[in-house]
Amino acid sequence: MITDIQTVLWKEFKEIMAIRGSRRGGLFTMGILIALIGIFMPLQSGPEWFTNPLLLIAWSWMPLFLVMGIISDSIAGERERHTLETLLASRLPDAAILFGKILAAVFYAWITLVIGLLLGALVINIAHPQSPTKFYDIQMFLGVVVMVFLGALLMTAIGVLASLRAETVRQAYQRMSIGFLAIWFIPIIGMQIMPAEWKDVLNSTLMGLNWGSLVIGVMGGLIVLDIILLMIAFNRFRRTRLILD
Amino acid sequence: MSEYAVQTRGLTRDFSTVRALDHLDLDIPHGIVFGFLGPNGAGKTTTIHLLLGLLKATEGSAHVLGLDVFSQASQIRAQSGALLEHTGLYERLTAQENLEYYGRIARMSSGDRSMRIRELLEKLDLFDRRNESVGKWSRGMKQKLAVARALMHHPRLLFLDEPTSGLDPISASTLRDDLAMIAANEGVTVFLTTHNLTEAEKLCAQVAVIREGKLLRVGSPDLLRTQEAAPRMEVVGTGFSESLLAALRSHPEVLSAELINSHLIIETQPSADTAPLVNLIVTNGASIEEVRKGKASLEEVFLTLMEEEK
Repeated sequence: MITDIQTVLWKEFKEIMAIRGSRRGGLFTMGILIALIGIFMPLQSGPEWFTNPLLLIAWSWMPLFLVMGIISDSIAGERERHTLETLLASRLPDAAILFGKILAAVFYAWITLVIGLLLGALVINIAHPQSPTKFYDIQMFLGVVVMVFLGALLMTAIGVLASLRAETVRQAYQRMSIGFLAIWFIPIIGMQIMPAEWKDVLNSTLMGLNWGSLVIGVMGGLIVLDIILLMIAFNRFRRTRLILD
Repeated sequence: MSEYAVQTRGLTRDFSTVRALDHLDLDIPHGIVFGFLGPNGAGKTTTIHLLLGLLKATEGSAHVLGLDVFSQASQIRAQSGALLEHTGLYERLTAQENLEYYGRIARMSSGDRSMRIRELLEKLDLFDRRNESVGKWSRGMKQKLAVARALMHHPRLLFLDEPTSGLDPISASTLRDDLAMIAANEGVTVFLTTHNLTEAEKLCAQVAVIREGKLLRVGSPDLLRTQEAAPRMEVVGTGFSESLLAALRSHPEVLSAELINSHLIIETQPSADTAPLVNLIVTNGASIEEVRKGKASLEEVFLTLMEEEK
């Protein structure tokens, strides 16, 4: 099973890197995001990049946008380009195909983030030399890295379900984008239209929170959601079902 | 080892109210090219899907390479290659990467993969273009590569679903020649679906004709041509009058006599002697340039079967 997953991963990475028509295009897309997280934003923020958790959290979610495109291309695209039927006629187990596709999307986004964050640390230390060398608060860094991994898994599982129901890559991507934007904008708009006294209550509640417990709680919630959605995705990703779709 | 590469008994598949395959009985020996002929929607692709375990049968049983399609489907897929309705090639990847992927899927070692890729691409004249993205290739080249992909892991059984469909005549002919050569060299059993009867006649040792999910006939192309159509004479010449046609039609050994494109086509009883018929034509004032004796083509047999079953 592990070898089969590695095989699918190998192919998916080849395809992801050629998603813009050439290997150079794939590297360019990845490079832009790494440059944004690892060079542009650290230079804009200065040493605050290491100390302000909101900055780090806000920009660390960026790679999740990549996941949407990758997973819809990988699942809906495989059907749209008529390669799925032949793949299903091979000896690969259903679970290995799906696991390989999910992990390729998650790893791509996650590796981009980790490289971006490490590059960011290097850039800050070069731009603002200090002794000793500075780094992110290790708990915050690990929290962000783990949360983004879990978030990428969640996006991928949603992406698999959206792609299985979509006829084209475009349709799958549009559905996921609308969902993603809703997740981002509903809280922001909600905050704007919320009565002032409600905002005060919310602020005082947030100020009194233990952030460590909150992060662990969010992670726990993400893990539960990931497991449920992945189980649904694995249940739907069956040869006999896919061939009829 | 099982006596047959493919054996089905009463294999049936329904899609809601439509019966796509209706109690199919097949016995396909090892090592032959088997042609599965039928018009669009006859149930050919459904049969392949069932034999590969991609669909569950509504009724009946099937064994492929001695393995049960319901409980041992993954083993069947491991020992089979498939070129289905579409090439199934990853167009962003190169030819080599496409083959490499299916070699890895089959768990071939790195050395075996390299050797096999070289062997297949050289055989099909594609080796020099192995590092090009497949998306830029012509349909004929893609189809050849898809055949190579299906053969990558030395399958014992090869499913080819209308492999020359949509190709220009030259590409189709080249691919047919390649298929014949590869099938002979590799000793693989080929399950070929097609509605190109010339292709079936050229490649297949046995054919089955299917229509609306029902098997109509099975046998060698020669046997079908003998059983399903009368022997015929084609006479090239001039002066074929209506009175000559009437005289021929009244002859006891003549089943039919028609003028088609100025050629006189006479269908006869299997035991008919040609010489008296030639005499009859000459004595009726016609002049003969050439007389050809033969059987109906597989295409004519196929069309007759389709008409009979309507």
